[in-house]
Amino acid sequence: MSFKSAVITFPGSNCDRDALCYLQDLTKGVVYNIWHEEASLPQVDLVILPGGFSFGDYLRSGAMASKSKIINDVIKHANDDRYLLGICNGFQILTEIGLLEGALIQNKNLKFLGKNCFIKKKFKNNFNLSIKEDQVLQIPVAHNEGNFYCDNETLKSLKNNEQIAFEYCKGEFSNSEENINGSIEAIAGITNKKKNILGMMPHPERAYSDFHPSQDGKLIIESLIT
Amino acid sequence: MRIKILIRLKSQILEPQGKVIEQSLNNLGFNEFNNIRQGKLIELDLPDNLSKEEKDQKIDSACKKLLVNDIIEEYEVLG
Repeated sequence: MSFKSAVITFPGSNCDRDALCYLQDLTKGVVYNIWHEEASLPQVDLVILPGGFSFGDYLRSGAMASKSKIINDVIKHANDDRYLLGICNGFQILTEIGLLEGALIQNKNLKFLGKNCFIKKKFKNNFNLSIKEDQVLQIPVAHNEGNFYCDNETLKSLKNNEQIAFEYCKGEFSNSEENINGSIEAIAGITNKKKNILGMMPHPERAYSDFHPSQDGKLIIESLIT
Repeated sequence: MRIKILIRLKSQILEPQGKVIEQSLNNLGFNEFNNIRQGKLIELDLPDNLSKEEKDQKIDSACKKLLVNDIIEEYEVLG
C-alpha cells in the first residue's frame, strides 16, 4: 500500500509548496494539500504542518493557526498514532495546540536566522531511525522564534521519556555554532511521548533535492516510509 | 465597558527586545533606565450589563484559550 500524506496550508504558510514537493518526490505516494478551513482530513499516514508565518505571526507564532478548523482533525489523526510533523512554524503551532510541550520564543540574539545549520539526533524515535548515532545532518533554518523554552520539570520529563529528537551541534563550517538560537540544551526538535509527533525548527524539505546544498533532510521521511 | 489586559513574558524568560530598547535609551543618555521589558496590551469592549463574576470568567477563559500562553506568559487585567 502506498504511503499517503497531507500538507496543511494556513494563510501565511510559505513552505507548504516545498513540503508538497518533498513528500511527492520522496514518498511517491498520494499527497493532499489541505486548506486550514477544511473540516476534515483524508485518511493519511503523515500530516505536515509547514513553515511560514501563519496568520502573520499575530499574537504569538502559531497561536491563531492552532485554533483553525482543521486542527480538530489533526489532533484526531495524531491520537490515532499516525505521524504528524511540524516544521518551523509547524513546530510552533504544535506547541500552541499543546500536542508538544514547551514553547518557542524569540531567538537569543534577536536576529532572524536564515542559514545552514547542523543537528544530530539525541534519542531514537520514528522520525530518525534512518539516522546513525552521532551522524551530523546539515539542514537549513529560517526563523525568528526558534528558541525552545520549557520549565525544569518539563525538561526532565522530555529527557526521561527520550523526547528530544534533535539538538543543534557544530558542523563542518568553521563558524558553525553549538547552539544557534539559545534553545534550552540546544534543542532543535522534540517528539511527544509516543514518538509519532515531531516538531523541529530546521527545514528538511529544503535539504533533499540535487539542487539543495545538502540532502540530509531525506532521512526524516525515509525513517517513516522504509 | 472597556477592558485592558496586560500580557508579559514571565520574569525568568529572556525578553531580548527590552534589552535592545534599554541599550538604545542608554545611548541617548537615559542611563538610569534599567531592566526594561516589553509586553503587550490588549483592549476590548464587553457589555456593561455583565456581572463582575461573568466578566472575570470570560476574560480568564479567553486568556487561557488564546490570548496568553501560560508556559511563557502571565497576564493581569488592568483596573
